[in-house]
Amino acid sequence: MTAALLIDFGSTYTKLRAVDVTSRRILGAGQGPSTVTSDIAIGLRAALADLECRLGSLPQFQYRLASSSAAGGLRMVTVGLVRELTAEAARRAALGAGAKLVGAFAYRLTAGDIDAIRALAPDILLLAGGTDGGNSEVVLANARRIGTSDLSCPIVYAGNRAAAEEAGVLLAGKTVIVAGNVMPEFNVLEIEPARAAIRQVFIDRIVHAKGIDRAAAEFDAVLMPTPAAVLEGARLVADGVDGHPGLGALLVIDPGGATTDVHSVAAGAPAAGVVPQGLPEPRVKRTVEGDLGMRHNAAAIVEAAGLDRIAAESHLEQQRVRELLALIAQDVERLPRADEEFALDDALARAAVRLAVGRHCGTVETVYTVGGPVTVQHGKDLSQVDAVIGTGGAIVSSRDPRGVLMTALADPAEPLSLKPRAPRLLLDTHYLLYACGLLATVEPQAALELALANLRVLDEETPHERARCA
Amino acid sequence: MKQKTVVTGVIGSDTHIVGNRILSMALEKAGYTTIALGALTPAPDFVKAAVETNADAILVSSLYGQGELDCRGFRDLCVEAGLENILLYVGGNLVVGKRSWEETQRTYLAMGFDRAAPPGTRVETVLDWLERDLAARERGERRATA
Repeated sequence: MTAALLIDFGSTYTKLRAVDVTSRRILGAGQGPSTVTSDIAIGLRAALADLECRLGSLPQFQYRLASSSAAGGLRMVTVGLVRELTAEAARRAALGAGAKLVGAFAYRLTAGDIDAIRALAPDILLLAGGTDGGNSEVVLANARRIGTSDLSCPIVYAGNRAAAEEAGVLLAGKTVIVAGNVMPEFNVLEIEPARAAIRQVFIDRIVHAKGIDRAAAEFDAVLMPTPAAVLEGARLVADGVDGHPGLGALLVIDPGGATTDVHSVAAGAPAAGVVPQGLPEPRVKRTVEGDLGMRHNAAAIVEAAGLDRIAAESHLEQQRVRELLALIAQDVERLPRADEEFALDDALARAAVRLAVGRHCGTVETVYTVGGPVTVQHGKDLSQVDAVIGTGGAIVSSRDPRGVLMTALADPAEPLSLKPRAPRLLLDTHYLLYACGLLATVEPQAALELALANLRVLDEETPHERARCA
Repeated sequence: MKQKTVVTGVIGSDTHIVGNRILSMALEKAGYTTIALGALTPAPDFVKAAVETNADAILVSSLYGQGELDCRGFRDLCVEAGLENILLYVGGNLVVGKRSWEETQRTYLAMGFDRAAPPGTRVETVLDWLERDLAARERGERRATA
């Protein structure tokens, strides 16, 4: 037996998954508190004790790999030039690297912006702006501002290549890593180099800065932020490995306590005859909805979805919904106990999934031209994805996970949205996607088979049913 | 000397791409870095592209008769984005109805375009304008005479 230990240093819990790589089996799970503020090793040892208790004894682990979203996650600020172009490309690179994006700036940074960035206390600042050989004035002005400030975080430079050297001089004294431009040519998105650079800075510096390496004796490496591990898991399950196909184009939805993450692995190209507009889309894309969180932002979900709708879906009086929301606000670690709390949580999860997937997926609109109507697409066309996977407690512990995931699907009431039409619905019951994302770095085929064997299929009924009822 | 960059595209809800594509190919061949935005390009997209690429000129095409509406305020957008001095050309089927070309040209020049090209303008003419106007800019003049 080759055993692997996959660790997630979360913001609330330290979670473990022990798997047998040889037989592609889950051995067990363990959980402890998150103790990053004192000594991260305490929570890890508690989680290991929990695991040992369930397994009888701990096996000899061949691999011990970790991801982390502890200590506030990987806090990032991005800076670009035009908001819809390099500033957006920088945002996407940061999100794709699994960062918690705390601020996104465009155009010239002002003294006030520098104060704002200092207050945001990012772990990494991503500086972009200008295509290669294009505008260098603004990215250099921003480098000068940052260079003369007292910001101490590492800077990943992913702007105009022609200005990189000069920017390096202006940023003298700071830690600067130069990556490829996020937009080397106009409207060409190349976020992989910046993502790789961010990942490397995370491994080399942030893990230490956040004190995660204090538990270093218990594991081999912290490889990436947890959202990046989930994204890697999604990529693995979609694409498969050499000779072993995956599930094809897919969407992963994770409604968490503070945010709802949506990951897509799909080209999302327009259908024949449809004209794409705007920045090209990354095939592997992560979006984070900061206003849709099951606990910290429960009230914001209700605000976005409408109190009447939440009340109707949970079969509760509006007043009762308000009262329950107040309870959640008082205690964000509260788990549902009574029936009505389960009902409200389900309604919140449905709304979070519906809205987050709606924002992640592209839209079409009809433009009337002299030559007749033309269909224009913004964002990714995910109508043809093969699978939709739900992960995270809000869906997995829901009494009706299928009902929650169904809200990710195309709705006749929103004909312009490019949400999935008829995918298979799957559930990451054992919270294994992050673990497989980590394991894929050393044993890709085993990670793939492990993931595929442990996704629960939810689509016994046809997904068209809802369209017929509507 | 730095290679010059130009942005081209067909403005508004206009899908007539052929002339614009020929022009873009000719510009490319003449040594310009050409950012071709293609058909159905909203006015702000020209400006955003020019900002990121530090373009020297924007060449706007309009063939479907609504160019005047689409191009209104174009120079203002450029000024807003810090491109006060960028060279602006417009060309295509700009004359609508019974107006004369002279009147139409005046309208577009008043909007802040540096040159307006009537239907039938040769690619060579545009290349010649561009070369002389960019040289004039280097000398600190608005554009070349004639």
